[in-house]
Amino acid sequence: MTAIDPLDMPVTEAGKGYWSGVGARLIRDPLTLICMSVIALLILSAIFAPWLGLGDPYKGSMIARLKPIGTPGHILGTDEQGRDMLARLIYGGRLTLFIGLTPVVLAFFIGGTLGIVAGYAGGWVNTLIMRTVDVFFAFPSVLLAIAISGALGAGIVNSLVSLTIVFIPPLTRVAEAVTSGVRALDYIDAARASGASALTVIRVHVIGNVLSPIFVYATSLTSVCMILAAGLSFLGIGVRPPEPEWGLMLNTLRSAIYVNPWLSALPGLMIFITSLCLNLLSDGVRSAMNVRD
Amino acid sequence: MTTNLVDIRNLSVRFTGARTVHAINDLTLTLQQGETLALLGESGSGKSVTLKTLLRLLPPKRTQIDGAIEVNGTDVLTLSGRKLQAYRGEEVSMVFQEPGLALDPVYTVGDQIAEAVMRHKRISKVEAISTALDMLRRVRIPSPERRLKNYPHELSGGMLQRVMIALALACRPRLLLADEPTTALDATVQIQILLLLRDLQKEFGMGVIFVTHDIGVAVEVSERIAVMYAGQIVEEGTTREIIKDPRHPYTRGLLAANLHDAARGARLNAIPGAPPALETRPDACSFAPRCPLAEDRCRAALPPVHVPNARRRVACIHANAPLAVG
Repeated sequence: MTAIDPLDMPVTEAGKGYWSGVGARLIRDPLTLICMSVIALLILSAIFAPWLGLGDPYKGSMIARLKPIGTPGHILGTDEQGRDMLARLIYGGRLTLFIGLTPVVLAFFIGGTLGIVAGYAGGWVNTLIMRTVDVFFAFPSVLLAIAISGALGAGIVNSLVSLTIVFIPPLTRVAEAVTSGVRALDYIDAARASGASALTVIRVHVIGNVLSPIFVYATSLTSVCMILAAGLSFLGIGVRPPEPEWGLMLNTLRSAIYVNPWLSALPGLMIFITSLCLNLLSDGVRSAMNVRD
Repeated sequence: MTTNLVDIRNLSVRFTGARTVHAINDLTLTLQQGETLALLGESGSGKSVTLKTLLRLLPPKRTQIDGAIEVNGTDVLTLSGRKLQAYRGEEVSMVFQEPGLALDPVYTVGDQIAEAVMRHKRISKVEAISTALDMLRRVRIPSPERRLKNYPHELSGGMLQRVMIALALACRPRLLLADEPTTALDATVQIQILLLLRDLQKEFGMGVIFVTHDIGVAVEVSERIAVMYAGQIVEEGTTREIIKDPRHPYTRGLLAANLHDAARGARLNAIPGAPPALETRPDACSFAPRCPLAEDRCRAALPPVHVPNARRRVACIHANAPLAVG
């Protein structure tokens, strides 16, 4: 039996940056890559919609109403007012994605900050923030979104506000839980013992450790948010006609479901694909960002 | 006579809250420059609390501290703000028990050492990294250039403890506090770390307070030993005095509870009973309920402190009488 000096043991992964490690793990995950490409394609086509040579999403035609998929000139058919479906679906991605993603981003910053403050400060600050947040948990998120939107009135900005309010509480709670867990760990004491100020401890050690779990949780909320946003428009308290938006389109095409069912399913299909990809992407990102595996 | 590096006088620490705990009761302790003192005691005897008090790491709202602590002439208990931050790390630093938990998992070890250095010295990141590299060499980590860029989870426990020591010593503190630095490591690595600490202590000439519950470890590293029980120091002296001539029944019990001369099949020697809960401030000898030599006067009042020579103390009424082995 030869004695092995434990110090000469080879180290598995010698010094690589964190993000290059995350990238390397992502590349080895085809499903996540596919979802990432789909989302990227949707976002890019939405941004560059005016330059794609599509028809006018607002211009209807009394004769060419509810044309089936595959009609020459209208590849995906036309809606109940004879507007080109392909153009409306791609233009619709603009509003749908914007309303679907912005509230989560806003709530990520607001809720994350509140949660980190509550978790690090503890005591009455924690009680104040967390009990306030708990009040919002009393309502189901859909109901809360409808109630706030209904109170504020229809419109894009009001939808954004109501959805942001809906997503602040869960993000605050996750941020608080992660932060109070991190705060009790030895390396926080160790940092203080080596002379770090409270601000440095929060900025470097707390945020560095809580950001990725909060971020991953936020990405998992994007699909929910998109569905809620579409739902608000479907109910008529989000985007107003004639703006193209998937939820709204789903509503207006509802009456055509017996005439041309495939056509009316298209906006729903878009919502389904987008939220599925967002969910799978967030799972992939979570496992790629986990350093300890 | 040299001046004391650490001078703790009549320190009492009490945790308030749902349950009051008198964690430290009237503790007096001195440490000279370049000296290594082992603080020996079982769990809950107040060893770690003493260290955390020295660094002012205890939560101020729930802790009541009385007494005086001076480190290198500075009154530690009145420090605040920037002075406290400068004191932590520059004057005194600490090695924690679990190196895997005491290093931040999301930064490389090089960055963590460099950050600690930059916090105290006005130097660039490049210089700080080269200081970190130098420190990793001093704690004898092989191929330190590569280790700089490793994350804590990529290193073994022994290696992490070396990194922790490098981090603690990076700013050349006068006093190093070691909170059971070898408890979480396996036996072969333990010895390496102890030897390393002893070498570095000589090299840097700093004072070390080494907390342990392992009397073997205490003998290995320290010149002096202070035995703690229930938040008090019951016996203090040079390592030789404590080992050869233990005066306090608790110290005797600890020394008797040793695996080395235990006969196979026989019951191991242990001290009967459990330490007190410390919900009230002790007004008699805390060890009396477990002591084989306890008398009525042990339970009536705090024991007198016998001082056989200048830096030796025993808090027991039997300290002067040579006693039969308990």
